[in-house]
Amino acid sequence: MSKLINWIDERLPIVEAYNKHLGQYYAPKNFNFWYFFGFLAMIVLVNQLVTGIWLTMSYNPTGEGAFASVEYIMRDVQWGWLLRYLHSTGASAFFVVIYLHMFRGIMYGSYQKPRELIWIFGMTIYLVLMAEAFMGYLLPWGQMSYWGAQVIVNLFGAIPVIGEDLSLWIRGDYLISGITLNRFFALHVVALPIVLLGLVVLHILALHEVGSNNPDGIDIKKNKDENGKPKDGIPFHPYYTVHDLMGLGVFLFVFCIVVFFFPEMGGLFLEQPNFEPANPLKTPDHIAPVWYFTPFYAMLRAVTVDLFGLDAKFWGVVVMGGAIAILFVLPWLDRSPVRSIRYKGVLSKIALATLVVSFVVLGYLGIVPATEGRTLVAQVLTFLYFAYFILMPFYTRMEKTKPVPERVTG
Amino acid sequence: MMKKLMLILMIAVLPGFALAAGEAVQLDHMEPDHANKASLQRGAATFTNYCMGCHSLEYARYKRIADDLGIPQDMYVENLIFTGAKIGELIKIGMDKEQSASWFGNAPPDLTLESRLRGEDWIYSYLRGFYKDDARPLGVNNVVFENVGMPHVMVSLQGLCAVEPQIGGKASVDPLSGNVQNGEICSDWETEGSMNSAEFNAAMYDLTNFLSYMGDPVKLERERLGMFVLIFIAIFFIFAYLMNREFWKDVH
Repeated sequence: MSKLINWIDERLPIVEAYNKHLGQYYAPKNFNFWYFFGFLAMIVLVNQLVTGIWLTMSYNPTGEGAFASVEYIMRDVQWGWLLRYLHSTGASAFFVVIYLHMFRGIMYGSYQKPRELIWIFGMTIYLVLMAEAFMGYLLPWGQMSYWGAQVIVNLFGAIPVIGEDLSLWIRGDYLISGITLNRFFALHVVALPIVLLGLVVLHILALHEVGSNNPDGIDIKKNKDENGKPKDGIPFHPYYTVHDLMGLGVFLFVFCIVVFFFPEMGGLFLEQPNFEPANPLKTPDHIAPVWYFTPFYAMLRAVTVDLFGLDAKFWGVVVMGGAIAILFVLPWLDRSPVRSIRYKGVLSKIALATLVVSFVVLGYLGIVPATEGRTLVAQVLTFLYFAYFILMPFYTRMEKTKPVPERVTG
Repeated sequence: MMKKLMLILMIAVLPGFALAAGEAVQLDHMEPDHANKASLQRGAATFTNYCMGCHSLEYARYKRIADDLGIPQDMYVENLIFTGAKIGELIKIGMDKEQSASWFGNAPPDLTLESRLRGEDWIYSYLRGFYKDDARPLGVNNVVFENVGMPHVMVSLQGLCAVEPQIGGKASVDPLSGNVQNGEICSDWETEGSMNSAEFNAAMYDLTNFLSYMGDPVKLERERLGMFVLIFIAIFFIFAYLMNREFWKDVH
């Protein structure tokens, strides 16, 4: 065995790679609950890839055959129902773990120098993941697939001058049709997964270059022992591999409860109107995107005033796009001398709580039909969401921070 | 402090999600039971006799129903396939969609996934919700689905209610007389059917139960397997936990 390893190692540096990324990768030893989600995102990604490949074997990407082929998978293909529920539940689980992963990064200041690039890669993964999920949702070719895609693609039509042509170009037709389905299928199963995998590799390479942050936001490389190993670090393998296995057990338990007992998750993961085939002549009473898009959808609907001769819809798109875009520049908005929320001042804590509340409540408002009162709430919350970011350079500098300890605090 | 605050906030938001699923029309509740094969068999028979003329189950196969419901295949072919279709085929119908659309206003929809689209409560209430309405082309209307294009197919069983039936009312026992209140959904019958209310309710329960099975035929098997999967993961977690503890016991 060691001969074989030597043979390969002389030609490809696998021992070095193993040490750099696992055996000798020193991670802070004070990781807590919030540090499971990066690993879990990786697990869900593998699940999506594997189940996706098998679904592709029986799926028929045409307007005529798509809906029936999904039911064929559910009823006639051996274990097809399991593959499909793993994939549909996996899509939602992906966003659950990614949102928690992002929240961890925001809470402990993981985006701060020198980890700006990790954050940028991560945000790009999130963006590609949204495109991937959106295109995947069209494939079952149900009513909500169809009308959800119709609404989202029409958003591009709100852009002045080029809008109409742009949405026509995306659809490849004057309305969502089999042509759109075909190109979304190609992008969903080939193009975007390749981009996603490449970005994940970059995300991890960038992380392993500068090292992991931790709940205290301390640089563990400042305190090294006589061998040059960080005193507060611990090799990723075996310590965090066995640790993550434990997290995997808990995650799979919850995940499988959904897959085997509540695959529709009360209409949140699989929406009821999607059990009816797509019908361009019949608009559903209430069109709502899947839950992971609803905070942004609520922001889109919250904009109701025309400005500078441009439609409110256009400004809604701008606000929605801005809500995502502003996350990219987060590393340059935070002027705090400390990373972690543990040592930031009270203003940062209030701001973070406000961000979470506004995001979650906006998510709820995006699911339910809009009323006058709800739109008002959505407007206030959209304002608060942006306030977290726009005011960040000020409150992070003004507030009094706590002293950061030399060593991690467990 | 932060953790507690987050938890409180998340719990505060939860009831909102429950409200999101609110229904406009009051419906009678129906609890499906996919393990009750006798009920499913009766439902399959009713469906074949009363519904299949117009409604297909085009994503499902005869054979799967026979196997799942414990009906011997030759008996199924003899009694529940009228078209000469082979038992392995999908359950399609002969009615032309364009023609039926001109007869009823809309082509009768496929019902394979009806229970997942509208829910069992809706189907159970709808099936019992027909009443006489001379303003409609077919002389009947439905309290659950206003101005529906479908005729009252089971009028010979239920009879025809002359007024709007009371769907969604709670049946209760009058404490003084011991009589059941609100058990009858119709107070005035135009014509009587061959079944009394209780019999018709039971028949519609079976039919709804069958459609519930039809929408999710793997449910029983899925939940049975799910228990084993969860037990396996729980055992896996115990070992993962012990291994983690062993590795970390010297780390301070």
